[in-house]
Amino acid sequence: MANRINSLPGPDDIYREILPNGITVLARSNFNSPSVVMAGYFEAGAVFDPDEKLGLAEYTTIALMRGTKKRTFDEIYNALESVGASLGFNTGVHKSGFNGRSLSEDLPLLLDLFSEALTMPVFPKTEIEKLRAQLLTGLAIRAEDTGDMASMVFDKILFKDHPYSRPEDGYPETIQSITRNDLVKFHHEHYGPRGMVIAIIGAVKPEDAVRQVKRALGGWQVKGQKATPELPPLKPLKKTVNKHHRIAGKSQSDLIIGTNGPKRRDPEFMSASIGNNILGQFGMMGRIGDVVREKSGLAYYAYSSLSAGLGPGSWEVSAGVNPQNVKKASDLIKDELKRFIQEGVTADELADTKANFVGRLPLSLESNGGVANALLNIERHDLGLDYYRRYGGLVNEVTADDVLNTARKFIDPDKLAIAVAGP
Amino acid sequence: MKNTLTQITLSNGLKVLLKEVHTAPIISSWLWYCVGSRDEVQGRTGVSHWVEHMQFKGTEQFPANLLDKAISREGGSWNAFTYIDWTAYFETMPADKIDLALRLESDRMVNSRFNPDEVTSERTVIISEREGNENEPLFLLGEAIQQTAFRIHPYHHEVIGDMADLHSMTREDLYNHYRAFYVPNNAVMAVAGDFESQSMLTRIKELFESIPAGSEPARLARPEPPQNGEVRLSVEGPGSTSYVQVCYRFPSASHPDFFPLSVLDSLLAGPSNLNMFSGGISNKTSRLYRALVDREYVVSVHGGAQATIDPFMYTITMTVHPRRKPEEALAALDKEIQRVKEEKVTKEEITRAIKQARALFAYGSENITNQGFWLGYAEMFATYNWFETYLDKLSAVTVKDIQRVANEYLKPQSRVIGTYVPQEGKS
Repeated sequence: MANRINSLPGPDDIYREILPNGITVLARSNFNSPSVVMAGYFEAGAVFDPDEKLGLAEYTTIALMRGTKKRTFDEIYNALESVGASLGFNTGVHKSGFNGRSLSEDLPLLLDLFSEALTMPVFPKTEIEKLRAQLLTGLAIRAEDTGDMASMVFDKILFKDHPYSRPEDGYPETIQSITRNDLVKFHHEHYGPRGMVIAIIGAVKPEDAVRQVKRALGGWQVKGQKATPELPPLKPLKKTVNKHHRIAGKSQSDLIIGTNGPKRRDPEFMSASIGNNILGQFGMMGRIGDVVREKSGLAYYAYSSLSAGLGPGSWEVSAGVNPQNVKKASDLIKDELKRFIQEGVTADELADTKANFVGRLPLSLESNGGVANALLNIERHDLGLDYYRRYGGLVNEVTADDVLNTARKFIDPDKLAIAVAGP
Repeated sequence: MKNTLTQITLSNGLKVLLKEVHTAPIISSWLWYCVGSRDEVQGRTGVSHWVEHMQFKGTEQFPANLLDKAISREGGSWNAFTYIDWTAYFETMPADKIDLALRLESDRMVNSRFNPDEVTSERTVIISEREGNENEPLFLLGEAIQQTAFRIHPYHHEVIGDMADLHSMTREDLYNHYRAFYVPNNAVMAVAGDFESQSMLTRIKELFESIPAGSEPARLARPEPPQNGEVRLSVEGPGSTSYVQVCYRFPSASHPDFFPLSVLDSLLAGPSNLNMFSGGISNKTSRLYRALVDREYVVSVHGGAQATIDPFMYTITMTVHPRRKPEEALAALDKEIQRVKEEKVTKEEITRAIKQARALFAYGSENITNQGFWLGYAEMFATYNWFETYLDKLSAVTVKDIQRVANEYLKPQSRVIGTYVPQEGKS
């Protein structure tokens, strides 16, 4: 039988090197399948977007592969798709990210295309306009999506006057206002090797992976790469705020009820994470699923989630319900939140969740993509290369009191953000 | 690394496939039943999917609230899927915990309770699931197309079932369906992962072989007659974006033409990944992307080939460009379809499609859940050999084959075209 602990990534099998230009390379080999994943992030997130050009960071990342000094849009994708490889960019608030994969024999090609897109995009005018129509269509579809809209409204309530309240994909009017020059300028000011992290996982030796990254990106130098701005402090809610965004003609409404959560680096993260699992994940969606779905039959999905990143996070409960049942579901969820901070969790619930956290870890690390995410998580939050080997201990030291105190610190049933999108 | 494969049929008809994969301390166990919406009559549409939900509602030995907790406590991941042809249940567990999954599956093959109160509360859960689907324009359009394309054959309705039946079906309808189809001789047990085949087989025999075989489930014999003439339909709904779906009739997965058609799909719209857990690749240099998206008739185009027991459909889905009309997108599509019928494709295009398929297979085999999936999946419409020889069969496809199947299957007179017409500001 394969050994359980040694199959988890640790200092002896994660290779980490910082190149002279500032790029951090993480590598771990897996020769079980002849494929390889390349993923990571760099400092050009939506936090840099001016309000009137919201969506600029994302527009820029998507446009990177629309043409480079060496290849046209069609040539880039022809090279990728001909070998069954894929490469894509995405944008978050703090960072932009990338994700690619290929057969290991094609890793050099994948890295070449990545490097060209990152360092020498040309943003061809016609391609930028085609993209604009695609982005605007995406926003039109978003406007009709009850889940997307509930989430947007929720962020606006919870993160009022804070950059986290802004959707990274912008609004139709801001996408309309972005010019090709804006993209060129954004790329020029914010793209660079400083702060960039690349993880390469799969059928390649770590030292070969690093050599290949060096070859493709080791020479990249950028002067004056702008520093990420400090974020303003969050203004906590003073009372519960309700907002209903109307979307006519839909059969189901999406409901989100929540509050702020910890940052990933906060000491309460693990107890919040365990509490959240009991509240709205464990088994068939935890206590929330039990009350809203199993006992009341009100929803197909009803669960809670914790989103903890570099800055203040959110702790939210989501459900999709018939428009007539919004109030009923909302009352049930609020009651559960009250119970959660009054009674805390039982010893059995705590033991179940701890076993679940420790037991499921190998599953989340099965694929190359799963390992890449794990290593990037370690790097982004400075968790230590031995984090996944220490993980069981970190989980098991959390007590029921820790969970209760954390829940009480973050959840106040009189100060909730409640967003509904639907008829 | 050589992975050992064992195939055996138990005395009660349960087919067992075991594949040792010792890359991680994980085992994925899949139990497949050959039952889906294909086995449903009007009045009981959606019954297979609802039965799948009821399988999570408990037995005497594993009551509902203990069942999901038991798996989660051990760090397992589990779920179930109902499709037009099959229903599948899987558990992926730490290797030393897999016995729980095996015991659970053998128990709920026969002992699920179908408690009337649970049936009542699940009815509204499923109605809610359907309402969520109805929020999506492409669900509404797809449903209208399917019921038009299949007048006789039970592929007529969506897996989730018609709303009327979700309101009227009874506990007895559900239970009878369960008893008729959840028999070992209608099931395939597929396990992949970190175990020794002999001891795994012994354990499966202990748990499953005492379950008596049932009568061979009766199948509906309602083949769809040929379609003689193009059908066009439209669905109106909220929104501001138009969609067009063009559906051609495709053969079953066991038909030899399925392979040249898979290559054709790759050339036209990028490769469809039959694998459920490993994602696909972009299609920006496929013929349809170049002709339709690059030239701004549509903002996206996708093709979908599905492996089915009976002949089903090949669906091309287009999101129409905001400055275009659906008819313009359709005309541009037809030019490309015409081109693939009239002009031979190149050998390079075929080679490329095969390399794409090879890469998708490699991505899929990174993950043990996925390997378990493939073991049983192919058994639902062919045999595991279908999967093992898939790349070889693609490699044997010729330029002539492609042209022949393009002409034979991409016929206007046997297609259904559906348009989603957004009613902006009207609803």
